[in-house]
Amino acid sequence: MTLPPTAPHVAPDAVTVSTPPRIELRGISKRFAATQALEDVSLDLLPGEVHGLVGENGAGKSTLVKILAGVHQPDSGTIRLDGEATQIHGPAHSRSLGIAVVHQEPRLFPDLTVAENVFIGHAPSGRLGSIDWGATRRRAEGLFRELDVQVDVGAPVRGLSMADQQLIEIAKSLSLEARVLILDEPTASLSAHEVERLFTIVRRLRDRGVSVLFVSHRLDEVFALCDRATVFRDGRHVVTMTTRDLTTADLVRHMVGRTVSLFPKVETPIGDVLLEVSSLTKVGEFRDVGFSVRAGEIVGFAGLVGAGRTEVARVLFGIDQRDRGQILLGGLPVSFASPSAAMHAGIAYLPEDRHQEGLVQDFTIAQNVTLPILPRLFPRLLTRASVERKVAHEFTGQLSVRMTGVDQLVGSLSGGNQQKVVLAKWLASRPRILILDEPTRGIDIGAKVEVHRIISELAASGLGIILISSDLPEVLAMSDRILVFHEGKITAEIPRNDATQERVMFAATGSVGGEEPVAALPAGGARSDGGLDG
Amino acid sequence: MADTSAIATPGVIRTRGSWLTAFARQRELSLAAIMIVLGALVSIVAPQFLTLSNLTAVAALASIYAVASVGEALVIITRNIDLSVEATIGVVAYCVASILERHVLDAPAAIVLGIGIGLLLGMANGVIVALLRVPSIVATLGTLSIFRGLDYVIAGSHQVPLAGLPPGFTDPARTNLLGLLPEFVVVALVVVVLGTVILRSTRFGRQVYAVGSNPEAAAILGIPARLVEFSAFSVCGLLAGVAGVMWVMFFGTINGTAGTGIVLSIVAAVVVGGVSTLGGSGTIAGAALGALFLGLTANALPLVGLSQFWLQAIYGIVILVAVSVDAVILRRLQRATAERRAR
Amino acid sequence: MSMTAAPARDQRRWMSLLARWETLLVLALIGLIVLGTTLSPFFLTAGNFSNLIAALMEVAIMAMPMTLIIVLGEIDLSVESMAGLSSAILGFLWAAGVPLWVGIAVVLVVGAFGGLLNGLIVARGGLPSLVVTLGTLALFRGMALIVLGPRGVSDFPDWFTAFGFGHVPGTLIPWPFMVFLALALVLGIVLHRTWIGRQVFAIGKNPSTARFSGVRVTRIRVSLFVLSGMVASLAGIILTSRLSSARADAGSGMTLTVATVVLLGGVNIFGGSGTIPGVALAVLCVAVMQNALRLASVTVEVQSIALGLLLILSVVIPTFAHQAKSALDRARRGRPPPADSIARGEAAP
Repeated sequence: MTLPPTAPHVAPDAVTVSTPPRIELRGISKRFAATQALEDVSLDLLPGEVHGLVGENGAGKSTLVKILAGVHQPDSGTIRLDGEATQIHGPAHSRSLGIAVVHQEPRLFPDLTVAENVFIGHAPSGRLGSIDWGATRRRAEGLFRELDVQVDVGAPVRGLSMADQQLIEIAKSLSLEARVLILDEPTASLSAHEVERLFTIVRRLRDRGVSVLFVSHRLDEVFALCDRATVFRDGRHVVTMTTRDLTTADLVRHMVGRTVSLFPKVETPIGDVLLEVSSLTKVGEFRDVGFSVRAGEIVGFAGLVGAGRTEVARVLFGIDQRDRGQILLGGLPVSFASPSAAMHAGIAYLPEDRHQEGLVQDFTIAQNVTLPILPRLFPRLLTRASVERKVAHEFTGQLSVRMTGVDQLVGSLSGGNQQKVVLAKWLASRPRILILDEPTRGIDIGAKVEVHRIISELAASGLGIILISSDLPEVLAMSDRILVFHEGKITAEIPRNDATQERVMFAATGSVGGEEPVAALPAGGARSDGGLDG
Repeated sequence: MADTSAIATPGVIRTRGSWLTAFARQRELSLAAIMIVLGALVSIVAPQFLTLSNLTAVAALASIYAVASVGEALVIITRNIDLSVEATIGVVAYCVASILERHVLDAPAAIVLGIGIGLLLGMANGVIVALLRVPSIVATLGTLSIFRGLDYVIAGSHQVPLAGLPPGFTDPARTNLLGLLPEFVVVALVVVVLGTVILRSTRFGRQVYAVGSNPEAAAILGIPARLVEFSAFSVCGLLAGVAGVMWVMFFGTINGTAGTGIVLSIVAAVVVGGVSTLGGSGTIAGAALGALFLGLTANALPLVGLSQFWLQAIYGIVILVAVSVDAVILRRLQRATAERRAR
Repeated sequence: MSMTAAPARDQRRWMSLLARWETLLVLALIGLIVLGTTLSPFFLTAGNFSNLIAALMEVAIMAMPMTLIIVLGEIDLSVESMAGLSSAILGFLWAAGVPLWVGIAVVLVVGAFGGLLNGLIVARGGLPSLVVTLGTLALFRGMALIVLGPRGVSDFPDWFTAFGFGHVPGTLIPWPFMVFLALALVLGIVLHRTWIGRQVFAIGKNPSTARFSGVRVTRIRVSLFVLSGMVASLAGIILTSRLSSARADAGSGMTLTVATVVLLGGVNIFGGSGTIPGVALAVLCVAVMQNALRLASVTVEVQSIALGLLLILSVVIPTFAHQAKSALDRARRGRPPPADSIARGEAAP
């Protein structure tokens, strides 16, 4: 069941009706192979406004940003810039039209100075066409003065914080006299203080007439900064309203509006504590994290990107080292210097990025599945293909991997099956604790359901499972308990029966004491009984 | 959340790790300081070290290495390496000497030809690396062998004697300009100044740094990375050609083995001068200073009682230390970034 | 150009490409042999074969661990200098009256330590192996010069020189060739038939995945560099034996030949693929080529030109072959990607 979209045009009362929008998108659609990323989307960006764009993962936000940045071309629809129909041919063209994008990860040159990075490619020329460093320096200083930021423009960028690098990107966009500034999830890596500084600057830009598109997950920030907000859901435009006329609850409801349609966890008796973590701290990543995982239990880690969940997993698996805190496995304190050690202790970790970190694309299924357990399988050094194939068959069979045979190269499998191979690989190592990091990302609905079924069965067989996921319905359907992370700390522990999407979202965005919606979605949105729905 | 626009804290971008940045920026000054200190120490043991005659002799040979180092630095800044420079120097040196011996061209023309040969060989490297996408280590290892082989083929077993060169040809290596600065040093200075100006003030020069610092970002911004790499190798070859000409003037007698074995000292000079092998940083002046430093070291060794055979080992240690220092600085700066997020 | 253990349908396509490279090598070998016989009627005699092989054996021996190192994604430029250092230490100790067996043992230990130095700096320090081994290339050579200076030591006992110069009794097979064969056999098995080799391939193809899959990356890296160092020392000993002379500049220029032979053998410079048999074939090809050139009165200098060209071509040709294959694949595979995946390269919204 979905909520009907409200009318797309709601004029903000701060701007008169006669002001033409700076950017007008109508009927934009974009399809990637199997997925309709955007469908018939319309959006207006007015001069001198900060416009928030919110939505969950997969809602279409970054596709829209990429279209405006010239990286993708829309399949259909029109783009108008200051009233004139335009096509954005590419990134360079987009820049020349006055559209600047600040990404989460700045793209600067670490060895060049701040001033040079701001003016890279368009530094003021002096005599004989050489670069006028004096003018570059002065103008860079001027720009930063306008932003009310003190900086040594002669220092190299390397060593500057993410937040500072972002400001340099903003200064760069000013130097190009951008009229449209798109901030794509800019606050993920920023501290509260840095966020405030960023907002001050954005407001200043707005007052100068720049149109700012603020793409974010963080609803509190959207309310703090934006004049209007648009919600996307599943590639469609849902609503655009002034932020004054919206509550957090409204936004959340618009964002998550669909029912959960995933296979819920099968009831399993929960056994002993397998893993216990206390006061776990890693400077800059997470602080005072404490939790336990029992046999048969699925503990969900919810939270926004950058909240610290993967970082905790990496420490548990020995990829990174903790600074403080204790990890008890089976009651005994452990410390893993490497993934190899963690593996031997019975921990398995499915990384977020299965291409880069989960699979060797050039290897066969059998070779990937046996990679972690090679020394165990072949204590006398020599490998035997028949043994490998047997093991691979066993575990890929359990997971119903669709393949032509275990000698197929994993690179030629579909996303869902590749993920299953990664799972098979870790199951073959017979772990006691399984950490899954975004296991169903980039997989379609059919495969997703299968993976969920498998996870459920694994829990039933006595494993302790940590499920890290940004997919709210998934976390809600699968977890016995949900730990919500926010900026490196656990802000809530919600047992299955009390878990709702809104409650998790509140904790994930750090909104303390946010309003509880009086009427939540039908069936609480978190507990449909099995059937597949749209 | 309440509207917090009332808080308008002026931000400050602190460049923390600043003592490291300061060190990195003043690498050249540090090197100069070290040279002065070491020079003073050596002269205590061997007072003849700091005499004018000794220093001018060192300066002349060091200038040749400095010129070649400038070219090598250019290549290394783009995240490549050129191992074939010594062979280029050798080819140019023999060709120039032989042409003069056989009176095919007069001195100025021969010099221009020599530099042209160097440019050509550098362009060949550029094509192999930038166009054919062969990794520079493999490519220049190959051209090192090819060019040296060419040198031997051209030279055979012949040695051009001093008498074969036009009279006065070797003077520039021994005379001072206005009685003050050795002419070779002037040449090196000119090259350094030109190189510095180009790298600092021209679009091309900044592109060289950009390509070495962040190739992906450079590509996104539309910087023609391959063209930049090709140009770097070409200029390196050109400067190797200059060095080759200077080689003839300095040594006066040339055979097919000219320049053998010097590539490691050139690379060592460049890295000790602050040019990081990871690309994107370092200065021309630093590379030239590095050449001077190593030249002084080579000169000082026999004076303090160490055999010349220590030189290779020193080059090796220098390279290892310089690379390690660069890596340590890099890691410290990256930690500073991560730690700042802990607020 | 990857060699994976088990053939299968997709695999066969890779295998066929690989087989094509090694087939190329075999064809080249045959061609060169034909060329050689036209140059001299004695080309195919055992005696000539013996000479042909002997000169290249040190290179061939060093090429074996180099293969593993390059498959791993690293490189060791210092091998020639370690061979020189070994020769120098051997000569120095022998001239000082130390029994030769002791000298040999010392030299092998030095090789191990040299490799350990390389391995630790690269694997623990995280520094790029290219520059590190460039530094040790200079350092080891320098140490060789410090130890032995410019002199040569040549009064070695007969049994020693007989090893490098002599043959297996009853045949014309040089002893060093047996060493090479043994090494090729052992390392071939290690790389292609043991799980250590599998892990080496994994690290070369995807170091992150390997690490996250519990492969002990640092340990393997360090071990391979130690192996390379020791084998380089062994090569230095054999070289000293063959030439009956210990010199500090022994082995100069060998790194180039070793790299050429390995890359010519089909090993990818970026790591992740390559075979020992391929490199062994390449050794034969280069040996025959050098022999043929010698018979054609081509000078050593021109041979070095040929070698340099070969090195560059050995990288250029596979690159173009790979591009051609990809283009063919793309043209052949016009069909859409499997249904339940978002096409790779186009990120999910």
